[in-house]
Amino acid sequence: MTNPTPVLTLRHLTVDIPTRHGTLRPVDDVSWEVAAGEILGVVGESGAGKSMTGNAVIGLLDSPAHISGGEVLLEGQRIDDLPLREMRRIRGKRIGMVFQDPLTSLNPLLTVGDQLTETILRHLPVSESEARARAVRGLDEVGIPAAKDRMGAYPHEFSGGMRQRVVIALALCAEPTLLIADEPTTALDVSVQAQIIALLKRLCRERGMAAMLVTHDMGVIAETADRVAVMYAGRLAEIGPVAQIISHPRHPYTDGLMASTPAASAGHARLRQIPGNMPRLGNLPHGCAFHPRCPRAQDICRHDPRPVVGEVDAQAACYFPIDASEDAA
Amino acid sequence: MSPRSALVSVQNLTRVFDVSKPWLNRVIERLPKRYLTAVSDVSFDIPARTTYALVGESGSGKSTIGKMVVGLLRPSEGHVTIDGVDLATETDPAVIDRIRTDIQMIFQDPFASLNPRWKVRDIITEPVAARGGDVTGLAEKLLTQVGLAPEDAGKYPHQFSGGQRQRLCVARALASEPKLIVCDEPTSALDVSVQAQVLNLMSDLKEEHGLTYLFISHDLTVVRHMADRIGVLYLGRLVEEATPDDLFTKPAHPYTAMLIDAAPKLDAFGREVTPPEGEIPDPIDPPKGCAFHPRCPLAIDRCKAERPKLEPFGAGRVACHRAGEIALESAA
Repeated sequence: MTNPTPVLTLRHLTVDIPTRHGTLRPVDDVSWEVAAGEILGVVGESGAGKSMTGNAVIGLLDSPAHISGGEVLLEGQRIDDLPLREMRRIRGKRIGMVFQDPLTSLNPLLTVGDQLTETILRHLPVSESEARARAVRGLDEVGIPAAKDRMGAYPHEFSGGMRQRVVIALALCAEPTLLIADEPTTALDVSVQAQIIALLKRLCRERGMAAMLVTHDMGVIAETADRVAVMYAGRLAEIGPVAQIISHPRHPYTDGLMASTPAASAGHARLRQIPGNMPRLGNLPHGCAFHPRCPRAQDICRHDPRPVVGEVDAQAACYFPIDASEDAA
Repeated sequence: MSPRSALVSVQNLTRVFDVSKPWLNRVIERLPKRYLTAVSDVSFDIPARTTYALVGESGSGKSTIGKMVVGLLRPSEGHVTIDGVDLATETDPAVIDRIRTDIQMIFQDPFASLNPRWKVRDIITEPVAARGGDVTGLAEKLLTQVGLAPEDAGKYPHQFSGGQRQRLCVARALASEPKLIVCDEPTSALDVSVQAQVLNLMSDLKEEHGLTYLFISHDLTVVRHMADRIGVLYLGRLVEEATPDDLFTKPAHPYTAMLIDAAPKLDAFGREVTPPEGEIPDPIDPPKGCAFHPRCPLAIDRCKAERPKLEPFGAGRVACHRAGEIALESAA
């Protein structure tokens, strides 16, 4: 780490959704930092709050969801309480975004070149011809062949993988310091996914850009991320360096999640499965949200206060984390 | 005729779709008719009580084959024979009905494949009720088998989670006591931990009921776990067929090797791979010769001119002029 101030800091971030049946908390007391040049992978199953966290960072929560506690800092500056107009200036300029479906992220009625040029003009003090030149360079950088000729093409003229490249070019054209990628490869075929992953890694390294990669795919995380945050029921279950999380998970949920992937069970007749289902947000159990499904749960887990990362264990939010020695046994 | 033991025999299966513009546009714009060959000359057998998996990327024709096997689509050429009967040409209604009862299908999206206005009881007993069978207690029995509660029979699909819905789809598929279940991406819409539950359930039921699966998926790790034999498809053609162990440890076709290499691995932290080049070509106008040659690192002149035939190779089959000549750096 060359820069002591992390690019992104979340401090006890909490998101609430008031409903008729009480308040739901899709993101609950989440804290982490992402340094320049670092890729933080955020994993979890549907409903774990990973996309919500990403949306909260860029201020794109759909009403009535709102940040009800904690703070979001971009390069040391608080951004969660900024007025909408200032937030718009940050979005796209200092934080780039890539979403799952490339087709819905692009305007079907504008050429790719126009969309890139418009974005550059909006955020950077350059002339139109300079903006077009930068747009061509942007397309070239993400690996679109004959970038100059493709400037006049519409999104539907590109294949799925090429479209996602365009979206990445669009997210990066204003040279943001932070990239938030929400399931960027989920809609793509394996071979194209490998291309997009390699591209994201290269760009982060070359530009020293921080990235938050939200995905449900453990394999993608393992290959891309430097550090991993595992979320469960809106809470941070475990966070640490990628090799440690995947090879030596300390939280029983991470352990179960890793073991239930078919790759990890290669050669076994049955996959290991976590009993039960993820609890509903309106009906979270007391204490640790994972305790009803946890093989290690004891009495203390069933009552508040629940375990928090850093208090009981440096890596996992668990009273009885798995030891490396048990792992070997 | 295939060996007696094969429950399903697919021979030279081909399906062509007419993707031309409407005739008026063709006349005005002077366009020719356009055809998309989704499946081309595919042959394989599925022995009873085994799982045959078809893998491939989008546009490889794997779902089209699945639909032809269950009879939702008619083959343009070739035959699908199930238990010795070809549904497309069979004329005896009693035989057709018997074979149809033997085939069921599970679809990818458990939200789209259950009628939201029907109760669970009606949904899962429909395959039997439609043929006038006795359904007393059937729904409760099936729900128990797939790990749900008998009381769930009175609920509606929206009251279930994604994984539970897929269990309902499995229960419905089991209702008519089929021999063959075609599963088209059955766990792609599910989370990993839920996927594990559904895959385990499918393995258990296979043992209990002596089922045969045609398992269609794009996910190599799932296929490796489930299949007894795997067929790899590229642009509508079978390029390689082998047992899971052979396929993953010594892929013979360069496309198979590329797929295995490109799939993200859990133990490959910060792996720096040169990603595969290019994308799947346009199926309306596929490359001449071997369809994979523009992306193939081993391509020679012969590959551009002559399409390789699917020929026996080791314990499997492969369609490549340079079969087995792959440098196996990453296959493990």
